[in-house]
Amino acid sequence: MKIAVLSGKGGSGKTMVAVNLAVAAQRAIYADCDVEAPNGHLFFKPSRVLTTSVTVQIPQLIRERCTGCRKCVSFCRFNALAYINQQVMIFEDICHACGGCVLVCPEEAFHETTREIGKVTVGAAGSIRVISGDLNPGESEGIPVIRSVINQLPGQGKAFIDSPPGTSCSVMESVRQADYCLLVAESTVFGLHNLMMVHELVQLFQKPHGILLNKCLEGENPSETYAREQHIPIVGRIPYDTSIGRLNAQGKILAQEDRNLEKLFAVLLERLEEEVSRHETVVGSQR
Amino acid sequence: MKVAVPADVKSLETAVCRSFGRAPYYLIHDLQTNISVFIENPAARSQGGAGVQAAQILVDQQLDAVLTPRLGRNAAEVIQAAGIQIYQSMNRSLRENLDAFSEGKLNLLQEIHAGFHRHGGHSK
Repeated sequence: MKIAVLSGKGGSGKTMVAVNLAVAAQRAIYADCDVEAPNGHLFFKPSRVLTTSVTVQIPQLIRERCTGCRKCVSFCRFNALAYINQQVMIFEDICHACGGCVLVCPEEAFHETTREIGKVTVGAAGSIRVISGDLNPGESEGIPVIRSVINQLPGQGKAFIDSPPGTSCSVMESVRQADYCLLVAESTVFGLHNLMMVHELVQLFQKPHGILLNKCLEGENPSETYAREQHIPIVGRIPYDTSIGRLNAQGKILAQEDRNLEKLFAVLLERLEEEVSRHETVVGSQR
Repeated sequence: MKVAVPADVKSLETAVCRSFGRAPYYLIHDLQTNISVFIENPAARSQGGAGVQAAQILVDQQLDAVLTPRLGRNAAEVIQAAGIQIYQSMNRSLRENLDAFSEGKLNLLQEIHAGFHRHGGHSK
């Protein structure tokens, strides 16, 4: 069971929820795909950490083979190549390492070199396996790092994927293998706007999904209204409570500090397991 | 001698475009024949690497000089590799910039900025 926790904006509580769900599940994997700012490890403080490098293949020109046909230059969607003075110039900082230039070159005038863009660390915090993707500063393309994190997830067991904020292709990569998407939504108009964006994304990927209302206040909740109108299951609510914010800011795990919050995440996990098995049954009966 | 200037609209009386790579048009002016043409810049709509693509388009025009208010690092690398001089334009009309250039009143561009390609969300 792989559950991706996502939201249209940062700071809505993805990491808090993913971390606490993993703790509630006891034996679980927490996978941090927020590779530009992975911070789940600050809560788990994992030990026995193993680090592996994530690399991409960057093209290099074999100058004497190039005939100047410019097929590579016109193919590159990212404009990382130019042809000046009978020579191909390669701009590594905008290259997305797609390998297209290598494929389209009729003269086989490219070879590829390896460049590190980030790291994946795997460690343990009790019975929880903590996997973190970490993009090197200055790199623009986090997808290969996210893919490396996702590839570490086994087929069995419970995994909670902490997605990057927003609805970018990084987010899409993080949810591709997920069985279920948990959308964390704030109770503001701005929160609703971001919820609608991320809701569109999970529909596009046809992922079973539900909403967790976070920072709930008295009175009208635009995200809750939207959930009702769109018939999206509300799988849980977390109240707006400064003590939650305080514990979280101290790097403490809520479910280990407060009995009520421990219960809240246990109930949420139970509900998610029901939702996932309900969708599996539907898919199973369609086959 | 041929020069290029980034332009917002196809008129010699308008100011130079503030962006090099994402300018909608370039004015290409031949100082010998005094002929001006405006070319479209397809890089203006590109997802990323606009500076490199725009610079390639201009290099292919066999220019001698580019007049621009500013220039990113990658675009500058392409233009410099082609041996094209880069001059700092004034915040005046295209025509006034051409006149100033032909009178030798424009200076070479001193500062090359790092480029905006990491802030444009092109990978999103």
